Amino acid sequence: MAKNTPQPKKDAPAGTTVSRRDFLALGAGALGLVGLLQTGGMALQFLAPRRVDGEFGGVVSAGPAESFPPGSVTEFPDGRFFLARAADGGFLAVSRRCTHLGCAVSWHAADEQFACPCHGSHFDLIGDVQNPPAPRALDTYPITVRDGALLVDTAQAQQRDSFAPEQLVYV
Amino acid sequence: MSWLNAMIDRLRYRSVPPPEDRSRMRAVANNLVLHLHPTRVPAPALRFSRTWGLGGISALLSVLLIATGVLLMFRYDASIERAYPAVQAMETVIPFGSLLRGIHHWAGNLLMITVVLHMVRVFASGGFRGERRMNWVVGLGMLVLVLTFNFTGYLLPWDQLAFWAITVGTGLLIYVPLVGQAISDFLLGGPEVAQSALRNFYALHVALLPVVLIFGLSYHFWRVRKDGGVTIPPQSEQVTKLTTIPHLVTAELGVALITLAGLVIFAMAVPAPLEALANAAHPPNPAKAAWYFLGVQELLMHMHPLAALSLAASGLLGLAVLPLWDRDTSDEGVYFRSQTGRRAGMIGAALAIVLTPLLVLVDELWLDLPTLLAPISTLISNGLLPLLLTLGGLAGIYAGLRGALRARHSEALVGLFSFVMVALVVLTAVGIWFRGPNMALVWPF
Ligand code: HEM
Ligand code: FES
Repeated sequence: MAKNTPQPKKDAPAGTTVSRRDFLALGAGALGLVGLLQTGGMALQFLAPRRVDGEFGGVVSAGPAESFPPGSVTEFPDGRFFLARAADGGFLAVSRRCTHLGCAVSWHAADEQFACPCHGSHFDLIGDVQNPPAPRALDTYPITVRDGALLVDTAQAQQRDSFAPEQLVYV
Repeated sequence: MSWLNAMIDRLRYRSVPPPEDRSRMRAVANNLVLHLHPTRVPAPALRFSRTWGLGGISALLSVLLIATGVLLMFRYDASIERAYPAVQAMETVIPFGSLLRGIHHWAGNLLMITVVLHMVRVFASGGFRGERRMNWVVGLGMLVLVLTFNFTGYLLPWDQLAFWAITVGTGLLIYVPLVGQAISDFLLGGPEVAQSALRNFYALHVALLPVVLIFGLSYHFWRVRKDGGVTIPPQSEQVTKLTTIPHLVTAELGVALITLAGLVIFAMAVPAPLEALANAAHPPNPAKAAWYFLGVQELLMHMHPLAALSLAASGLLGLAVLPLWDRDTSDEGVYFRSQTGRRAGMIGAALAIVLTPLLVLVDELWLDLPTLLAPISTLISNGLLPLLLTLGGLAGIYAGLRGALRARHSEALVGLFSFVMVALVVLTAVGIWFRGPNMALVWPF
């Protein structure tokens, strides 16, 4: 047997087989692991994406509700969304990002639909898929109404499979 | 008649090298770059058809990419306002800017091809078994690294091609369950391709990845030597060992010069593409990922993204566990294992050439599984079902080769590998040339 194989020491309390040397090695290893996790966590936080207020990702003020006739679609390029007003007057902030692979859809008023040039997906005014490969309706952003004006929070897009009436916001 | 003397010497001293060889061997051992080589190499390993020079070409291209890349850094600016004008200036006013950019661009693309071919060669000669299994996995890592290099570099010119290829490429990532969105946000530094994405990709491309590349390659070469050099079939008689200088070094130099000359001529004739400035509101039609991802993008046209990604992941996993999957070393170094293995490989390739375009056409024109199985969720009808059918088909090919050809396990795997690789090439070709506006199938000629 090798000379330096740790042997249970006399000072190890009865009933345990962990020698002092093993204990210290284990402790050092555990400390090293904690240190590694800590640096990893620090690096991750350092690198994590940050949002800047006022730009895309913040709250966009869309203006007074009266300026959007029912059945209309208005683009907000800086907010990356379209404000759609359904025929019954309900509002929906529809993301510009195609749910297939993320290209930008555009509104074609003549055909009353959003079309994605990348792989040919089509969506109707409320964002429902009319033509695949897009797997689900266009994402939406939450709308709040303050003093008759519409505020669209672009921080987090809301995913949905398809349109449901309760997604509409009324003034 | 010194060469005659040298030959006689070589015959006389099989194991103990003659004095002039000793000094050549010392030259190898004492030089940093040459040190990557052994001092002497078995004669059969020097045959060109042992390696086709593919690993060497890949190494040369890596060095060339570092040299040209460092030069490009002096004229490039990773900001969305200044990147495009900087690249434009290279194309128009900076002396040799267009050539330098062309060499960097085409070397990156060529490297993609030579690394894959290198992998195919190692597979075919059975160089992934025994002690070489670690280096097979390292090599696979280098392949993924080259993909990452190309992917991050693709964004840097900040033109329409760059912007939308990366948008679509990271759009794919989002389909990875649970972590996809987080990984995409982290890479892009936000929800969309913008300034943070350009800065992140630049840091990866010119700092982190090159460091990994240099350490990775050094380890890869060192392991080749540790594992006994290039795989050669067991020799019946004792093999002659030739000194690295001149036998290996002149061959390497020849291949390097031909590659360099070809690349420079190509880069002069065909400049690297540069389209209009990136415009986040107007994607081109069709928007395609970079060409080496078009095989996967083509799969996406036919099945749910989750299924396509699972299929790609199974392929990669299959390659990674290959050394455990096929441990039969009896045919080491024999191309395609045996005559039967060769036949299995041909059958696999032929099947892929016929079946892949056929399936693409059938699925595109006639078969619409989601509508056919309407009440069932598309996740099953368009996802699980095609996935299982494809994996079942692969298993069928393997079983067929085992049965009909009486192929051994490792010979049938040659057929399977060849089917998968050729199918990938066919899918990539369909994606590059046969997809037009709205990604509809078109006839390109
Ligand atoms: C395996 C190695 C590498 C590959 C495959 C690769 C690939 C690419 C690609 C595809 C581009 C896009 C440019 C274009 O297509 O026109 C690019 C750009 C660039 N690369 Fe690399 N690259 C590699 C290594 C490096 C290294 C080591 C550096 C610097 C240390 C570097 C610096 C740059 C710079 C500054 C650009 C932007 C200039 C431009 O777009 O023309 N590259 N690279
Ligand atoms: S990204 Fe819109 S259809 Fe593919």
